[in-house]
Amino acid sequence: MNDTNVQRRQFLKTSVGAAAVAIAPGMLLFDMAHGKTEPVSSKVRWGMLIDTGSCADGCNDCVNACNKENGLSGGLSPTDSQWIRKVELKDKRSGRELALPMMCQHCEEPPCVDVCPTAASFKRADGIVLVDKHLCIGCRYCMMACPYKARSFVHEPLHDQKPEVPRGRGTVESCTMCVHRVDKGQQPSCAEACPNKSIMFGNLNDPESEISKKIRNVASIQIRADLGLNTGIRYQGI
Amino acid sequence: MLPFNRQKEPLYFYALIAVGLLVLLAGLYASHMMEEHGHIISGMNNQIVWGMPHVFAIFMIVAASGVLNIASIGSVFGKAAYKGRGPLAGMLSIALLAGGLFVLMLDLGRPDRIIVAATKYNATSVFAWNILLYSGLFTFVALYMWTLLERRMNPWIKPAGLVVFAWRIILTTGTGLIFAFLVARQAYASPILPPMFLVMSFAWGLAVFFVVQSAMYSWNGKTQDPVLLNRMNRLLGIFVLGALYLVAVYHLTNIYFARQTSFEHFILFEGGVYPWLFWGGYVLFGSALPLLLIFAPGLKGPRSVLIASILTILGAFSMLYVFIIGGQAFPLEIFPGYETKSSFGDGQVGMYHPSHWEFMLGFGGMAIAFLITTIGVRALNFVPQDKPLSVEERASN
Repeated sequence: MNDTNVQRRQFLKTSVGAAAVAIAPGMLLFDMAHGKTEPVSSKVRWGMLIDTGSCADGCNDCVNACNKENGLSGGLSPTDSQWIRKVELKDKRSGRELALPMMCQHCEEPPCVDVCPTAASFKRADGIVLVDKHLCIGCRYCMMACPYKARSFVHEPLHDQKPEVPRGRGTVESCTMCVHRVDKGQQPSCAEACPNKSIMFGNLNDPESEISKKIRNVASIQIRADLGLNTGIRYQGI
Repeated sequence: MLPFNRQKEPLYFYALIAVGLLVLLAGLYASHMMEEHGHIISGMNNQIVWGMPHVFAIFMIVAASGVLNIASIGSVFGKAAYKGRGPLAGMLSIALLAGGLFVLMLDLGRPDRIIVAATKYNATSVFAWNILLYSGLFTFVALYMWTLLERRMNPWIKPAGLVVFAWRIILTTGTGLIFAFLVARQAYASPILPPMFLVMSFAWGLAVFFVVQSAMYSWNGKTQDPVLLNRMNRLLGIFVLGALYLVAVYHLTNIYFARQTSFEHFILFEGGVYPWLFWGGYVLFGSALPLLLIFAPGLKGPRSVLIASILTILGAFSMLYVFIIGGQAFPLEIFPGYETKSSFGDGQVGMYHPSHWEFMLGFGGMAIAFLITTIGVRALNFVPQDKPLSVEERASN
């Protein structure tokens, strides 16, 4: 082989290498930006089973974890957002007391989605009810319609938002079931944070999932089941 | 009436316009502040999500439909005395609707995105239906006014009047449905609300019409035909009574349901400002007193009609405050049979103190209605031209 040929090959090798080095980070970023490309499917219905028997009175770990995960201030004034709250209950007749976490119940027939004039409130194929922050005009009709008082209106300008959890002043928001975590195969932060494992998260449509098995074996209810909304969150021990 | 210097009339007119513009500016400023700082500067919160602006807006939208009574009675039911009042009724309807929508739109969390309401449409939302109903009313009332004011279009008055008549009944039904569709709220979720709003619209719209009509007559130095006035006045009485009847049925059926009695106790007796406004504002001053002024012998006359109308309007505001804000203040029952407590107001009565920004916005909407009316009345000839009633018509009174 003559010198020219060796040089030519060397040049081609170097060029291909340089091109690969130049393109690779771009490809990597493109993948990262688009995340999982497969769409969510209605074969899955995400849901939760909350065991009120083991939900400790005075424990706020789920609430704190939610605030931290989603960048909420944690303020408790009537104008602050609360995506999840602890409700203390006392039976009016027997006096029995219990506590439970209350949040968006991710209904199959969500009244908030029905009433939203711009279709900003929507339900994903996998049952998670969300608000599109770009379409919400802030009319608050969904807050009037929600039977669980699960929604908050952003009353003040926001600072230091979490990139994965976009929020917006003048729009309505609520529990997203930590959709950004669920899409990565993780648990919602409240379920993960509960020290007593009182919040079980899983796929209600899979008969073999842990949550489906448990729902078959223990008595659980939907809150305001009389409304026929088929909530994704169920409670045990009420 | 008031002493009025004819030569200074233009001056008075421009003074009125200036006042209207100032109030409108204050409303726009309030909306700007709410957009700048967020709704934190209003009295509304996550429990009372609709406040004073909605009281103003819903009053104006309901009255916008009701004020068309006069037009319907003239054009659809063929009563001669009402025919000459059709154009004024049509213009008042447009003015009130514009004022109501101004408030509703500027109270949104994101009024800058109002275009989304037109481009993204959710067919199951009664709010979205109402957007169509409102734009339809503007269009149909404008067409109807065209048939009235343009001589060549006169043959179309009756069909146009019929369309407006049907449309505004559907529109007010839609306003009632906004609340009737709220399945979980004790104060709403009742199919009686649409007819209740409809009859209230008849009363409130007619009251607004009388206030404007008597202002126009006194501005032009005219006196109203006492026979005609008396007839219209009685109509107002019937509507006020009808509204009171439906409000009574709404509360009485609720009282009968065991699950609703605590709500009724709250709204009618124990809820602080709400029972006061209901009994004092709506029942006594907003209904009983106007009825007395309308039906008591010896009290007839333009002044009684005017006072009865103003009282009916104030009663309407009291009623809407109790209905909209009182209805939200009562704690939502999420766990029937349990006492509840939480950091998010569960089991507690919602607190609400309307801020001055909300009033500014509400009055800004009223200013829009006022400006359209004042300019319209002056630019176009809307003063009712009453022909003397025939002997038969007088006899039928």
